[in-house]
Amino acid sequence: MRTNSRNFYLIPYVLWIALFVVTPLLLVLYYSFFDIEGHFTLENYRKFFTPVYLKMTLSSFWYAFLITLFSLLIAYPTAYLLTKTKHKQLWLLLIILPSWINLLLKAYAFLGIFGTYGAANSFLEALGIGGRQILFTDFSFIFVSVYIFLPFMILPIFNSLDELNPTLLDASNDLGGSSWVTFKRVIFPLTLDGVKAGCQIVFIPALSLFMLTRLIAGNRVITLGTAIEQHFLVTQDWGMGSTIAVFLIIAMVFIMVLTGRRKRGIL
Amino acid sequence: MKKLIQALAAVLIVSFALLYIVSGLNSSQGYTSGNTLTIFNWGDYIDADLVKKFEQETGIKVIYETFDSNEAMMTKIEQGGTAYDIAVPSEYAIEKMKEEDLLLPVDHSKIPNLKYIDQRFMDLPFDPGNEYSIPYFWGTVGILYNTDILGDKKITSWNDLWDPELKNQILLIDGAREVMGMGLNSLHYSLNDKNKDHLTEAKEKLDGLTPNIKAIVGDEIRMLMENDEAGIGVVWSGTAQELMWEKDNLEYVVPEEGSNLWFDNMVIPKTAKNPEAAHQFMNFILDPENAAQNTEYVGYSTPNKEALKYMDEETTTDERFYPDEELTARLEVYENLGKKMLAYYNELYLEFKMHKK
Amino acid sequence: MKKIRKWPAIYLALIFIILYAPILYLIFYSFNSGGTMYQFEGFTLDWYRELLTDTRLLIIVLNTVIIALLSAAISTIIGVAGALAIAYARKRRVKNTLLSLNNVLIVSPDVIIGASFLILFTMIGLKLGFVSVLLAHIAFSVPIVVLMVLPKIEEMSTSMIYAAMDLGASRFDVLTKVILPYITPGIFAGFFMALTYSLDDFAVTFFVTGNGFTTLSVEIYSLARRGVSLNINALSALLFLFTIILVAGYYFITKRNEKPNGMGVRQ
Repeated sequence: MRTNSRNFYLIPYVLWIALFVVTPLLLVLYYSFFDIEGHFTLENYRKFFTPVYLKMTLSSFWYAFLITLFSLLIAYPTAYLLTKTKHKQLWLLLIILPSWINLLLKAYAFLGIFGTYGAANSFLEALGIGGRQILFTDFSFIFVSVYIFLPFMILPIFNSLDELNPTLLDASNDLGGSSWVTFKRVIFPLTLDGVKAGCQIVFIPALSLFMLTRLIAGNRVITLGTAIEQHFLVTQDWGMGSTIAVFLIIAMVFIMVLTGRRKRGIL
Repeated sequence: MKKLIQALAAVLIVSFALLYIVSGLNSSQGYTSGNTLTIFNWGDYIDADLVKKFEQETGIKVIYETFDSNEAMMTKIEQGGTAYDIAVPSEYAIEKMKEEDLLLPVDHSKIPNLKYIDQRFMDLPFDPGNEYSIPYFWGTVGILYNTDILGDKKITSWNDLWDPELKNQILLIDGAREVMGMGLNSLHYSLNDKNKDHLTEAKEKLDGLTPNIKAIVGDEIRMLMENDEAGIGVVWSGTAQELMWEKDNLEYVVPEEGSNLWFDNMVIPKTAKNPEAAHQFMNFILDPENAAQNTEYVGYSTPNKEALKYMDEETTTDERFYPDEELTARLEVYENLGKKMLAYYNELYLEFKMHKK
Repeated sequence: MKKIRKWPAIYLALIFIILYAPILYLIFYSFNSGGTMYQFEGFTLDWYRELLTDTRLLIIVLNTVIIALLSAAISTIIGVAGALAIAYARKRRVKNTLLSLNNVLIVSPDVIIGASFLILFTMIGLKLGFVSVLLAHIAFSVPIVVLMVLPKIEEMSTSMIYAAMDLGASRFDVLTKVILPYITPGIFAGFFMALTYSLDDFAVTFFVTGNGFTTLSVEIYSLARRGVSLNINALSALLFLFTIILVAGYYFITKRNEKPNGMGVRQ
C-alpha cells in the first residue's frame, strides 16, 4: 500500500479530522487565551499551575491509573477464559451488552445497591461483617468506574488473545516452559497490542470522568473532567475550562507517544 | 468481505425501515403540522396532563424539550439553531439574557390572567415592570431533616449543621451559590456579598463542615433523602414539599439566619417562531385552576393568588412553603454578581469541594 | 489445566453476575407497584402498560436506535480508512501526529465536544436535529473504531500483502481480498464499540439536538430530577430482553449457516 493508492480512502478520514478534530482543537486553544470578560490573557495558564489545579491533576491521574489497573487485572483473565469457552463470540457479546443500558440508570441502580439499606449492605450483614458506608467512598467510585470500563478493556484483549497461534503455546510447553513462563514469555508479549489498546481506551477517558464523580462519589473525588464541566456549564468561564482541556490533550499526546515508543523497543 | 457487506446492508436496511416508521409516527402525532409550540423547560417541571389539555383546547401541538441548568439552556439559545417559543430560566439568568438581548418583550394585553398573580411577585428588580418575564414558580432554599435519624434534635438554623454529632449526615445540593450562600448566611453576611474577606471567611467556615458532609449531589438528593440515606439535606423547597407529601418523618425549615428566595419565570426567547402561541400558553398556565393543578404536581410554590383557593388548605397555609411577609424579609434574591465575582465564588467552591475529610 | 477447571468457571460466573447485577436490579423494580427503586411493595405490570401507550417515548427509542446504528456503521467505514492510513503511514512522525489527532476526541470531555460542535454547526448554518446529532455521533465514534482496528492491521504481516501483489493482485484486490477479511474481527469490535458510545452519550447530544428531536439518554437525564420514573425501568427491561433475543438469535442462525460469526472470529 504505497503512495498514490492511499489517497482515495483517506478523503473521509481527513475530512473528519479537519472538521471535527482540528476545528474544535483550534476553538479550545483560542478560548484558552481569553478570560471570563473576553480579554486576551495568559492568566488561565498561570492559574493552572496553582496548587488547586495541580492537586486536581494529580488526583485525576491517580484515580485514572487505579481504574485502568483494576480494569486490566480483571479484564485479562476474563478475556483469557472467554477464549477458552465454547461459544466465545456469544459470551463476548454478552459482556458488552450491559453497556447498552443507559449509564444514568445503572448509576441509579448502584445508588440503590450500595445504599445504607441496599443489597450490598444486607449481604455484608448476612456475612457477619456488618453494614458500612459504601456509597460516596473511593471504593464505590473505583468499583463503578471499573464496571463501566470493563467491556472496553476486555474487547481488545480478547481479540488479540483470540489471534494467538495455539502452536506457539504447544511449542512453549513442549520445550518445558511452565504455564507461568509460557504466559510471561509467549502469551503476554504477543497480546501486548491488545492490552495497550485497552489501556488507552480506559485511561484516557477515565482522566475526564465527570458524571460518576457526583453520582457515586458525591463530589468527594474531583477530576479534571468535573472542573471542565463546572467551568463550561456553571461558571461559563470557557477560558479556564479550555485551558484545562489543553492540558488534558497534551497529557494524552504524551501518553500516546510513550506507549508508541515502548512498542518499538519490544518488537 | 462478503460478511462485511452483508452486515452493512443489514444495518442500513434496518435503519431506513425504522426511519420510515418514525416519520409515520411523527406525522400521525401532528408534530409536522406547523402549528406547534416549543417549550424549553426544566425536566419534570410541568404536569404533562396540562400540556395535553392545552393541546386539546387550542389545537396547537406542543413540543417539550428539557434542560438541567440555566447555563446549558442559555448556551443553546445564544447559539441559535433551534427555535424555542417559551423558556423558563431563573431570575439571575433572566437578567443575563436581557443584557444579552436574547428575549422578546411580553405583551401583557394578551395575558388577561396576569391579574391573578400576587403583586409581591411582580415588578421585581431582575425584570422591572415584568417587561420580559411572567412568574411561573418560586421557592426557597432550606434544610430538610429526617426525624427518625436525628431523634429529638431540632434544626432551626444554618449554624446547627456544624454540630459535631451530625458527622457524615449532611447532603448538599451541588451549586456554588447555594453552598457559598450557606456559609455566608451562617456568618450573617449577605448572599450577594462581594467582599473577598467575607467570602474567604465563609469558605474557611465551610471547610470546617467537611466532616459532617456525606456527599455533594445533584437531583438525586431527592431519592437519597426519600431512602433515609442521610439525616439532613440542604434542598430547594419544592423537593422538600414533594417528599413531605410522601413521607411523615421529614421536616423542612427555612434557617433563621436567612436564606435564598428564588423565582423561575416564563420568557419568550428572541428566536421564537410562534410568539402568539407562547402568549396563549402563558395565559393558560396562569388560569387559577390550571396553576393549582400544576402546583400540586410540581411541589414548588405558586405565585398565583387565585390558584391557592383551589388547593389544599394545609399546603397553602404552611408557613414554610408560603412564608408571610415577615419571613420573606429575611430572604434574599440572588443578584447578578457579574462574571468576575461569580467566577470567584466558583473558585472558592471548587477549593471547598477539594478539601479532604 | 484440567484440574483447576472449576475456578475459571467460578471466576467467569462472578464477572457475569456483577456485570448484570445493576440491570437485574432495574428490571426487578420495574415490577414494583410502589413507584420507586427501593422498597418493593407489590407486583404490578402497570409500568409496562403505561409504556405501550406512550407514542412519544416510542419515537424517542426508535430515534436512539437509528442514530446508533447509522452512526456506528458510518463511523466504522471512516474509522477503518483512518486506521489503514495510520498503519501504512511511512513516517513515524506522521503516524504519531495522526494518532494523536485521532485521540483528541476521546480525551476531550463531552461538554467541550458538545459545545464546540454546537458552535461549529451554527457556524455552518446546520439546523439542529437529526442530522446534527448523527454527525456528532459519527464524529466521536470514529476514534474508537480506529483504536479497535489498528492493532489488527499492525499485527498482520506485510509479507502477505507483498505476496498478493507479486501474484498480480491490484491494490483494490489487496484491500478487499487480503486486508479487510483479515481485520474483520477488529471491524466488528469497532462497530459494537461505536454502537455502545452512541447509545450512552448524553452530553454531546444535549448540545447538538433541537427542534423536537431527542434521544433516550437525553430524555432520561431530564427525567432524573424527580428520580427516574419506573416506566423507564420497564423500557430498559424490554430493550434489554429484545437485544438479548436479537443477539442470541443472530448468533445461532449464523452459527448454523456457516462457521462461527461475530466479533473476534479467527479467519
